[in-house]
Amino acid sequence: MTNSFIRLSRTVALGITLALALTLGLSTRVNAAEAAAAGAAGAANAEGAAGAAEVVSWKDWHAGNEVDNVASLQRGARNFTNYCLGCHSLKYLRWSRLGEDLKIPTALLTTNLVPSGATPADYIKTSLRAEDGVAWFGKEPPDLSLMARARGVDYLYRFLKTFYADTTRATRSNNLALDSVAMPAVLSELEGVKAAVYKNVDTMVDGKPVVTKVFDHFTMIAPGTLDAAQYDAFVRDTVNFLDYAGEPVQVERRSMGVWVVLFLLVFSGIAWLMKAEYWKDVH
Amino acid sequence: MAGFNAWLNKRLPVDKFVREQLLEYYAPKNFNVWYFFGSLALLVLVMQLFSGIFLTMFYKVGEFTSFDSVEYIMREVSYGWLIRYLHAIGASAFFIVIYLHMYRALMYGSYKGPRELLWLFGMFIYLALMAEAFLGYVLPWGNMSYWAATVIINLFSTIPVIGPGLVEWIRGDYGVADATLNRFFSLHVVAVPLVLLLLVALHLVALRQTGSNNPDGIEIKENLGPDGKPVDGIPFHPYYTVKDVVGVGVFLTLFAVVVFFVPTFGNLFMEEANFVPADPLSTPDPIAPSWYFTPYYAILRAVPNQRIGALLLLLAVLAFFFLPWLDRSPVKSVRYRGWWFKGFLTVFTVSFLVLMYLGLKPATGGYVTAARVFAVGYFSFFLLMPWYTRWDRVKPVPKRVRFHD
Repeated sequence: MTNSFIRLSRTVALGITLALALTLGLSTRVNAAEAAAAGAAGAANAEGAAGAAEVVSWKDWHAGNEVDNVASLQRGARNFTNYCLGCHSLKYLRWSRLGEDLKIPTALLTTNLVPSGATPADYIKTSLRAEDGVAWFGKEPPDLSLMARARGVDYLYRFLKTFYADTTRATRSNNLALDSVAMPAVLSELEGVKAAVYKNVDTMVDGKPVVTKVFDHFTMIAPGTLDAAQYDAFVRDTVNFLDYAGEPVQVERRSMGVWVVLFLLVFSGIAWLMKAEYWKDVH
Repeated sequence: MAGFNAWLNKRLPVDKFVREQLLEYYAPKNFNVWYFFGSLALLVLVMQLFSGIFLTMFYKVGEFTSFDSVEYIMREVSYGWLIRYLHAIGASAFFIVIYLHMYRALMYGSYKGPRELLWLFGMFIYLALMAEAFLGYVLPWGNMSYWAATVIINLFSTIPVIGPGLVEWIRGDYGVADATLNRFFSLHVVAVPLVLLLLVALHLVALRQTGSNNPDGIEIKENLGPDGKPVDGIPFHPYYTVKDVVGVGVFLTLFAVVVFFVPTFGNLFMEEANFVPADPLSTPDPIAPSWYFTPYYAILRAVPNQRIGALLLLLAVLAFFFLPWLDRSPVKSVRYRGWWFKGFLTVFTVSFLVLMYLGLKPATGGYVTAARVFAVGYFSFFLLMPWYTRWDRVKPVPKRVRFHD
């Protein structure tokens, strides 16, 4: 009897400890150190100044966004309205919901964000017609409501930071994260125009030495209105906003989760005590 | 009150049912942690039924409405996000619980006589559950929904002669389309749940008939006390009802951690590709089924010939049905079995888990080779069982249950 009881208690205790650890660990989703490191690396890479060996590869950059940072979300919403809404919709999100979640007063929302002709109850829709999108870019610019969930915030961050000049393309630009991208480098007025610098790497293919061109770093050809750190912050806010738009309820979800898990832990504890009381007479 | 009770019981055997099924239903007193998963499976089933009923109130089936209505539930229905997460993550939880429940039966020989029918009903539940999960996965009409449906339905095309016609009949169209989605909705919310409930009822009736097995694999009914009750048994209520509540608490705690903090569970419980609407022109790379199907998917892809691959996939699932007759060992529990069984059970466990991992990976080079090796490991557990269970040097089984293991 005692043995099985000890085993059960051990299992229950392990489960509860695990749940508690997970809850505490996950309720603070953003790893601050990681975000800081990624930010520094991103800024350094954009300048193209640091030595290639010390720079974190763009493939390892992290958005490190904080979706509970309302000020950042407000800036992101502003960035989205100014730079993305011309072509992209957030068709599952209403202006009013955005205003509520981002603590933007209705008057401010209507004058500064909601386009003329739309009301706060409307979904966030671009005025670009689908057929114009196809005619101008070769495809309809995708709705961005779920882009952060479909591709991940890190992808979006890398995408917005790896546009580079490419004269072989009609848009005069290309992208490391999405090769042959249809979207022009619309943020280059802020970021500036970058050129990609490649290095030759010797590799062995089928036992023969082959020289391949591999991306090394960016150099700035024409600076934009923002410096590297400012542009990095701009992208981070924008990605943060898209993260929010992907699941507007997520901050509420996590804060509710803390209480639900705490309740269930107490419940499990009481249930365990009750079980122990009932099982006293089992030998 | 007493008058009402008498009135009621004259018309409906409430007291009789409670007495026979709970108060005087004796369960072995040595259940360990593995014995939580039966009641947990029932809990998840009820949870899926209720969350499903609420989702059906807002979900709009149709190739142009399904995806949008799911996002509507996620964003505009009060607590719709919670109901949807409970249901979607509940599917994964269901398989975790069922796999552990089945594994318990493998370890303690619960499929062996006199519980063959109990095991078969359980296996039919597992089949119905797989169908239910697959059908439900298609309903959000994301891109992975679409392509998973395409790939899985196409497996039927490998059946000789009737295959191509059968595939068209299942889809109701020349490709996976609106007609497919509509019938999958019907099957998911009406047909399969009815079958599931019937099978669960049969599973429970069969369990009541034979009584539960236990970690020692001893029949407690063969050792009755002077009062005619099993000496190693305790009444199901209150002992196991209060104990199961502890299991429910711990399970719900872990489940809530996933629902509220990591609902996608690193792309395993909800895939990124399914946040993109169904697109017949764009194939997700790689197309991988949900994690609970990947062991079978890995076996399918391990074979170059698709027809043989599909046949092996089918056999891999059906093999479980034959366990009661493949196992020739005189003892049930792994505790009293010899190294042959322990060895093959380990081979099976490792193979199943590795195949699960491989099924999530692309079908290239080393992954395919590994899948072949572990598919052999998987099948060897079943195919060689009649021999190794006979060769096995078993230990004597004690008369009474033990509490330690």
